[in-house]
Amino acid sequence: MSEAKIACRNLWKLYGSDPAGFLRRNHNNPSIETIRAEGYVPAVRNVSFDVMPGEILVVMGLSGSGKSTLLRCLARLIEPTSGEVMFEGRDILAATEHELIDLRRHKMGMVFQHFALLPHRTVLDNVAFPLQVRGTDRQKRERRAREVIELVGLKGREGYYPRELSGGQQQRVGIARSLAVGPDVWFLDEPFSALDPLIRREMQDEFLRLQKVLNKTIVFITHDFDEAIRVADRIAIMKDGVVEQLGTAEELVTCPATPYVAEFTRNVSHDRLLSVRAVMAPASSRKPDAAAVQAQALIASVARQVLTSERPVDVIDDAGALVGTLTRDGLIDALYGKEQCA
Amino acid sequence: MSAATLTRQEAMEPQKPLAAMTRPLLVVLPFLVLLLAASLLPDWAVQVPKGWTIPFVDWANMVFDHLRDDAIFGLFSFRDLTRGAAELITWPLAFVEGLLVSGFPDIGIAAMPWVMTAGLSGVLGWYLRDWRLGALAAGCVAYMAIFGKWELSMITLSVVLVAAPIAGLIGFGIGILAVKKQWFEALVVPLLNVLQSLPHFSYLIPIAIFIGVGHKAGAIATVIFAIPPMARLTILGLKGVAEEVREAGKMAGCTRFQTLWMVEIPSARQPLLVGVNQVIMQCLAMVVIASFVGARGLGHDLLFRLQALKIGQALESGVAIVLMAITLDQLSRAAAHKEPSHLAPDASLLQRFPFLAASLAVIAASLLLAAITPYAQAWPSELALSTAPFWDALVDWITVTLYDPLQYLRNAMLLYVLIPIRDLFQSIPWTAMVALVAAAGWSLGGFRLAAIVSGFVLFIAFAGYWERSLITAYMVTVAVLLCIMIGLPIGIWASRSERRTGIAKLLCDTFQTFPSFIYLIPVIMLFKVGDVAAISAIIIYAMIPIVRYTIFGLRNVPQEIVEAGITSGCTQRQLLWNIRMPLAFPEIMLGINQTIMFALFMVIIAAFIGTKDIGQEIFRALTFNDAGKGLVLGLCVAFMGLTADQLITAWATRRKQKLGLAG
Repeated sequence: MSEAKIACRNLWKLYGSDPAGFLRRNHNNPSIETIRAEGYVPAVRNVSFDVMPGEILVVMGLSGSGKSTLLRCLARLIEPTSGEVMFEGRDILAATEHELIDLRRHKMGMVFQHFALLPHRTVLDNVAFPLQVRGTDRQKRERRAREVIELVGLKGREGYYPRELSGGQQQRVGIARSLAVGPDVWFLDEPFSALDPLIRREMQDEFLRLQKVLNKTIVFITHDFDEAIRVADRIAIMKDGVVEQLGTAEELVTCPATPYVAEFTRNVSHDRLLSVRAVMAPASSRKPDAAAVQAQALIASVARQVLTSERPVDVIDDAGALVGTLTRDGLIDALYGKEQCA
Repeated sequence: MSAATLTRQEAMEPQKPLAAMTRPLLVVLPFLVLLLAASLLPDWAVQVPKGWTIPFVDWANMVFDHLRDDAIFGLFSFRDLTRGAAELITWPLAFVEGLLVSGFPDIGIAAMPWVMTAGLSGVLGWYLRDWRLGALAAGCVAYMAIFGKWELSMITLSVVLVAAPIAGLIGFGIGILAVKKQWFEALVVPLLNVLQSLPHFSYLIPIAIFIGVGHKAGAIATVIFAIPPMARLTILGLKGVAEEVREAGKMAGCTRFQTLWMVEIPSARQPLLVGVNQVIMQCLAMVVIASFVGARGLGHDLLFRLQALKIGQALESGVAIVLMAITLDQLSRAAAHKEPSHLAPDASLLQRFPFLAASLAVIAASLLLAAITPYAQAWPSELALSTAPFWDALVDWITVTLYDPLQYLRNAMLLYVLIPIRDLFQSIPWTAMVALVAAAGWSLGGFRLAAIVSGFVLFIAFAGYWERSLITAYMVTVAVLLCIMIGLPIGIWASRSERRTGIAKLLCDTFQTFPSFIYLIPVIMLFKVGDVAAISAIIIYAMIPIVRYTIFGLRNVPQEIVEAGITSGCTQRQLLWNIRMPLAFPEIMLGINQTIMFALFMVIIAAFIGTKDIGQEIFRALTFNDAGKGLVLGLCVAFMGLTADQLITAWATRRKQKLGLAG
C-alpha cells in the first residue's frame, strides 16, 4: 500500500478564550460536556484519517457539524488548535508562510460553495489568477487557462464576467480556476450545494468525468448523503466535530456504527447502493452455473433473476470463479430488514 | 435583591402589562423627580456652579499655543511644518485652476474652452451611465457659463477636484491600516466617530491658526473634513469582502500583499466607490462653508450676498451650487454602479475604448470651435443671463403677499411653542439630565453604556457651556419632533407604492447632496433671522433621513410576514399598524438617530442667522481665532450627538435581535 497523500492525526479545533491551554489542561481529550461547560465551541474534535492518492474522501455532515472547518484545517486556512496534518509526509502545520504559499501555488486547488469568483475579472482572468500570482507570464498562463476552460466546457465564454454567467457556469469557472495550476490535491467545499437540483446532478456527472481523466486526491465536503454516495470512495460522517464513522457507502448502510449514522442511512434505497458481493453467502469452490451473476453488480440489476429463481444464484468474480451464492431470502433481508454486519 | 435586578428578571418572563411599564418608568423616574423638585434642590444641583468648570478650554489652548509658538522639530517649528505642508496643495490647485479657468499666462496657454469642459463632462456621464446623465452633466456645466457663474464655479470645482483625491487616498490608507492592524482600528474608530460628529466650524478654527486664512486654508480644511467618511467606508468595504473570496485568494497562493491588492480591494470596489462619492460630496459641502476662512468660489459669493441680504443673487449662487452638487453626485454614483461587461471578440478599437475615442473627438471639436468663435472659448459677460431679478421679484411677492401670515406663524410659533419649551429646557437641573441619560444607558446596555453616555453629558456640564448646550438641545429637540411629525407620515405615504417610493427616494437623494448651507437661503427669505428661521432650516435638512429610513424600513418588512397578515384578513390599516410598523420600527429609530445628527450639524450652521446656542459661541470662537474654545464647543456638540447615537443604536440593535431581524 502506498503512502497516504493527506493524513491527519488527533486534529482539534476549538473556539474560545484559550483553547490551546484548555486542551492541555484536559490531557488533549476533553469530553463534549466539559467543552460546552467551559464555554468553548467545538468545531473539530480528535479527528484522524488518511486520504490515499487518487481517492475521493467525502466528509458529510449537517450544518455546524464542523466539516468545513475540518477542510480548512487541512488546507491550513484555519489554524487547528492541536494535532497534526501531514501532506505527502510533510507536516503542513510546521510550514512557514512562504512554504505554505508555495504549496498552494503548486499542489492544492480548492472549490468554494459560493464560487468565490473575483467580480472584476473575466472568466479567462479568473482562471489564470492562480498562475498570475505565482508569476507565470501572460502568454503561458492564458494558454493554460484556455485549456482548463475548455476542459470544463466553457469554451467561448472566456471574455465574460462572473455576473453574466449562470450559477452552474460560475461553478465551472471555480472548478477551472482550482485546476489551473494542475494540483495533486483537490479540496471541494460543498461545491454544488448552491445549485438547483437538476444542475447539481449534471455537475456531479461532470465532476466524475473530470476525475476519471485527472485522478486527483480529493476531499469533498457535502451535506447531501445522496451526493456523497454518488461521488465517494469513502465517506466520513461528522457530528458535533467528531467523525462518527468512516467507511464505504456500503459499510455505512449495512453496518452503521452509531444511531446517528443509522438515522442518516435509513432512507437510502439499498438496491442501488449494495453490490451482490455485500449481501451474498460464501460458497465452497465448485464450477459456477452458466446463469451466474457478477459480484460487483448492484443488487437492483440482478433482483428479478434472483427473486424468480427457485435455487440460490451463483456469484462469480471478474475472473469467472465462483465466490458465493445469493438466495431469495438473502436478497429480501438485504432490502427490507435484518442487516448483516461483517 | 435590589429593585433593579428585579425588573431585569421580570422582563425575561412573559410580560405582564405592569412589568412591561416598570422599566421605562424606572428610567424616567429619577429625571422626573429631580425636575419637579428643582425648586427644592440646592443651587449646585440645578445650575453647574461656576467653580466646578473644568478648564478644558485652557488646556486645549495650552496645547495649541505650545504647538504654535514653541514646538520645534529640528529646523522648523510645528507651524512652519503645517504651513509648508499647506503650501504643497497650492501646486495642484494652481494647475487645475489654470486648466479649468485661469489658463497659464506665463507659458501662453489658455484655459480649456467652456465648451470643452461641458463636452467632456457630457462624455463622462454618457460613458458612466447613459446619454441622459451625459446631457445633465453637460447642461449643468453650460449653465455655469451662460449664467455668468463660470469663474466662481470652476474655482470651487478645482478645490473639489484637488481635495477629493487627496482626502480619498489618505482615508483609504487609514482604512486599510485599520483593517490590517487591530490596535490601529481600536484607536482610530472611536476617533472617526467623534470627528464625523464634529460640526464643520470646529475644523476651521485650528486650520485658521496653523495655516492662516485664505483660499489655501479652505482647501486644507476641505481635505481634512472629507477624510473620515472615506476611512470608514474603506473599513466597511474591506470587512464586507466574503471570507470565501479571501480564502480563494489564499488558496491560489497569494501573498498577503497580493491578497490585499488583487483580491480584497477589487472585490470591495463598490463600497470603495461609494466612499469616493461621499468624499466628493463632503468636499463640496465643506468648500462652501470654508468660505468663512476665506476660500474663494461659489460659497464665498453666497456668503457675501447672504450677509448683504441680497436674496435674489444669493439664490442664483445657491442654484449653481445645487447644480454642481447634483452633477458630481450623479457622476460619482454612476461610477460606483457601473459593472463591467464582456466585449464581442471582434470588437473594433472604437468599441474597445469608447471613452477615449469620444473624449478625443470632443477635444478636437471644441478646439476647432474655439478657433472659429470666441464665444466657445469664454462666454462673454455682457451676454450672461441672470435669474436674480426673477428671484428678487419672487422674494418681493412673498414679502408683500405672505408677510402677515408668515409673521403670524412666526410669532405664534415663538410664543406658544418655542419659548415655553426653551424655558422648560432651561429649568432642567443638570443632575436630572445626567440621571436620565445614565438610567437610559444602564437600561439599554448595562453599566458600560451608562458610563460612556453619562461621561459625555458630564463633559458638556463641566466644560462651562451648559446653558448654551441646553438651548442647542432645545432647538434640536423641537426640530427633531417636528421632523418626525412631518417626515413619518410622508415616509408611510411614500412606501405605499413602487412609484411613490421612486419619487421620494429621488427627492431625498437630490436634497441630501445639497451643501447644508444652501438651506439657509429659503428660510431667510421667509422668516428673516431668529429661532423660527433656524428651526425651519434644521427641519428641512434633517427631515431627509427620517423619510428615507421610514420608507426603507416599511418596504423591507419580509414579504412572507406581510402575506401572512393579508391571508389572516388584515385591512391595509391593520397591516400597517400591526405588522409593518412594529417590524420597521427599529429601522425608523435609526432614521431618527440620523435626523438628530443632521439637526446638530444644521443647528451650528444656523448660528449664521442669529441663534443664541453653542453654535453662536463657536462662531465667536472662529472670529477670535480661539482654537481651544472652538474645539471644546465642537466636542460638546459631538458628544450630544454621540449620546443620542449610542443610546438609539443600542436600543435598535436589541430590538432587531428580539424581532429576529438581521443586522
